[in-house]
Amino acid sequence: MAKKLLEIKNLTQYFGSSKEPVKAVDGISFDIYEGETLGLVGESGCGKSTTGRSIIRLYDITDGEIIFNGKDVHSSKSANEMKQFNRQMQMIFQDPYASLNPRMKAGEIISEAFDIHGLYKNKKERLEKVESLLEAVGLNKEHANRYAHEFSGGQRQRIGIARALSLNPSFIIADEPISALDVSIQAQVVNLLKQLQKELNLTYLFIAHDLSMVKYISDRIAVMYRGKIVEIGLADDIYHSPVHPYTKSLLSAIPLPDPISESKRTRIPYVHEELDESASLYEVADMHFVYGTAASVKKWQNT
Amino acid sequence: MSEPILQVKDLRIHFKTFAGFVQAVRGVNFELKAGETLAIVGESGSGKSVTSNALMKLIPEPPGIYESGEIIFNGRDLIPLSDKEMSKVRGNEISMIFQDPMTSLNPTMRVGRQITEVILKHKNVSASEAKKRAIKLLDQVGIPMPEKRYKQYPHEFSGGMRQRVVIAIALAAEPKLLIADEPTTALDVTIQAQILELMKDIQKTSNTSIIFITHDLGVVANVADRVAVMYAGQIVEYGTVNEIFYNPKHPYTWGLLGSMPDIDSNSDELLRTIPGSPPDLTQPPKGDAFAARNEFALAIDYEKEPPMFQVSETHFAKTWLLHPDAPKIPIPEAVAKRIEGYLGKENMLNGEKTIRN
Amino acid sequence: MSQQQLEKIEKEMFEIVGGRHEETEKLAKKSVSFWKEVIIRFAHNKLAIFGLIALMAILLMAIFAPIFSQYTYSEQLGLYNKAPSAANWFGTDDLGRDVFVRVWEGARISLFIGITAAIIDLVIGVVWGSISGLAGERVDNIMMRIADVLTAVPYLLVVIVLSVVLGNGALGDGLLPMIIALSVTGWINMARIVRGEVLSIKNQEYVLAARTLGANTKHLIIKHLIPNALGAILVTMTLTIPMAIFTEAFLSYLGLGVSAPLASWGTMASEGNNAITNAPWRLIFPALMISLTIFAFNAVGDGLRDALDPKLRK
Repeated sequence: MAKKLLEIKNLTQYFGSSKEPVKAVDGISFDIYEGETLGLVGESGCGKSTTGRSIIRLYDITDGEIIFNGKDVHSSKSANEMKQFNRQMQMIFQDPYASLNPRMKAGEIISEAFDIHGLYKNKKERLEKVESLLEAVGLNKEHANRYAHEFSGGQRQRIGIARALSLNPSFIIADEPISALDVSIQAQVVNLLKQLQKELNLTYLFIAHDLSMVKYISDRIAVMYRGKIVEIGLADDIYHSPVHPYTKSLLSAIPLPDPISESKRTRIPYVHEELDESASLYEVADMHFVYGTAASVKKWQNT
Repeated sequence: MSEPILQVKDLRIHFKTFAGFVQAVRGVNFELKAGETLAIVGESGSGKSVTSNALMKLIPEPPGIYESGEIIFNGRDLIPLSDKEMSKVRGNEISMIFQDPMTSLNPTMRVGRQITEVILKHKNVSASEAKKRAIKLLDQVGIPMPEKRYKQYPHEFSGGMRQRVVIAIALAAEPKLLIADEPTTALDVTIQAQILELMKDIQKTSNTSIIFITHDLGVVANVADRVAVMYAGQIVEYGTVNEIFYNPKHPYTWGLLGSMPDIDSNSDELLRTIPGSPPDLTQPPKGDAFAARNEFALAIDYEKEPPMFQVSETHFAKTWLLHPDAPKIPIPEAVAKRIEGYLGKENMLNGEKTIRN
Repeated sequence: MSQQQLEKIEKEMFEIVGGRHEETEKLAKKSVSFWKEVIIRFAHNKLAIFGLIALMAILLMAIFAPIFSQYTYSEQLGLYNKAPSAANWFGTDDLGRDVFVRVWEGARISLFIGITAAIIDLVIGVVWGSISGLAGERVDNIMMRIADVLTAVPYLLVVIVLSVVLGNGALGDGLLPMIIALSVTGWINMARIVRGEVLSIKNQEYVLAARTLGANTKHLIIKHLIPNALGAILVTMTLTIPMAIFTEAFLSYLGLGVSAPLASWGTMASEGNNAITNAPWRLIFPALMISLTIFAFNAVGDGLRDALDPKLRK
């Protein structure tokens, strides 16, 4: 088994007043292994984006531990320690329009981190680095002097990827990186992410609501519902032998580009059951965990 | 065979911008029969939403210009109609559902009144009869406790429920044609599945024709009888849903089908992509607009725009590859394999081949 | 949709030559920066350009007309309430002073008050609004409530009190109380707008991206917040100036303005009002200038706002 790169223990993120908090993330635990892609799926509002943003410290967490490379991310305080951490963990954002500053050129966007971290102070060196990053994402050096609005959605997303790569991170959180893109462009970006992963030995947390793309890119998948991870396991196991009724319902709702099977598809509706205090993650198969009580998990396995 | 309820002929729409004229829709032809669903599928900028807005005459002029064409609905061309005449058609004979349910509902008005308003405007009924019908509609679109919900405001509804309300409003005047512009894109998959089921149920009972605009091929396979694939302001392939999915002829359609991952596809393989970006429609390329991104592009593609070649009685594709002199290009392997997989699964179940090309 | 008649096409044309997708990635249009595009769009707006030309003309006249005129604003020519003529283009007033030169002298005062008030609003409003938008919820709440309370203070009261306290004429001929009075509440609008911009920009994904890269607050302000809020600030400022000029004119009209022999447009209109039947030019010219200036500033401000509106961007 590969080494654990990231350990999430009881991550809790509440928003709003302390009396009536919005429980965006409600005590979740999972690990991410070096070199793998973990897909995090769920419906809007289930807490998947909040999870990603909490891990990278865009939010101060309510409770729990996030251990990256053996160090607790949220306990390190000094600016220097934080910068070290920033270099290793990066993020790709959802909206290719909102994620690039409209007043900056592509080259400035990609080299923004160099200013922050005081890298490549030599002008020529910096230019070369920017060019190599542009090339890595399938753009060329002419693009460096163009403003964000001059690019298409797919090209913008590639600039966002180049920015995330600029500090040579080992771990990247991709927060719905393709959901705002066209079908043919989605494939380009997913292919690019796969190639980069191979070349640079990257580890991904891939957050998405499009289950077919997640299945394709992920080694393991975690399914989130109302702030909890309800099922986590190898991608094939989640798809072919789901246990939690929510996962089953979600899978039954994916439309496939196959008219005949679509005409026969029956959707499995999901009815949420409140679980008692004893609910936790149960291992139902190797590396395959389901959240529930002992009795409920047993019941789900038999249906 | 029933008469078409809608015929669109050579529709061309341009927009005036600072960068010049954008030729958003460049000669679109299609027709729709009563009770049928046509899916218009394409990527952003392909002209699919402009086309559907044009059917409702919702293109602002300026900057929009109806350059040419006819939109014959129920035997009458809509293009020369004045705004006043159109307002009798809109919401009454043709109604529309948009992507974002929140922006199509009035947040300060109870949903019941938003429905009765449409009924009272287009139907000659009393206020109490309108209320009765509105409650029935809410029930019909699957909103529980319709009497109670009738008195609530849009913000008291969830996203999926709001889209149901929008559908109820769209159906209030019993339109003959319903245009749905990405009605499920903003919704979660489980809600999307429910809304699609609802739309199909309604169509069965009311025989409404539906034009469904989407970029999601899965959704197309689910709802459509007929499919029009749009690229760069033109329909490049047109046929029944089975023809488009099981016997696609246009390389762009191959690309679209190939770029979707398959549940069973091997994740070590890269996805088939359509390389490059769509053309700038202020200066559409000479010849076939897709040529530059087409690995099978012919010399003539860069010179002359292809005509619509007929594949079967109902199937057309706009590519020179269908010319008798063109080399015979088989469907790319990855796409062919997937189609075989789908059909194979089917054959195993049925023991016979049900698909006609 | 019938099959078209196929015309004869040479066989060689049906050779596979493949795609040229690299060409589709080229950005054909010439690179235009955001601000260049704003200028181009602004130049397309006829009303805004008219406003800009009018403002330039007023500014130039305000600077040069009093210098090159043969009269001064306080010089009494002995010709009382004389109608406009070749010698006195806008006529003379009841003390025999040339209205033309007094109008441009008044322009200096009106523009000075308007622009100074706008600059003070800008400084206070931007600082207040950015702190309010950047700091946490509690600080934000306190700062905005203070602004709400100040909104309720009537400036009429402020200007009267200040005139009494500072002594009319003691400091800058009544200009200071006027400017202070205008600034007491004037910055609040700017502060609200800057706060709104900051709140929306700081949650934009590009700011989040900069934060994940390790950017500190200073970097965020200089690289992201200021460049993106600049447009809204500029528009607000352009629209603040005419507000200030109008308020000044209004206060002067009530007799709370600058003291004699100096005269702003407001005081001139006020005095002219008494002579509306026998010397209407004394009211008409300053009133016309007030209207024209306010209109021009608003036209420029609206033009700027339209030019900056990203929804129209292609």
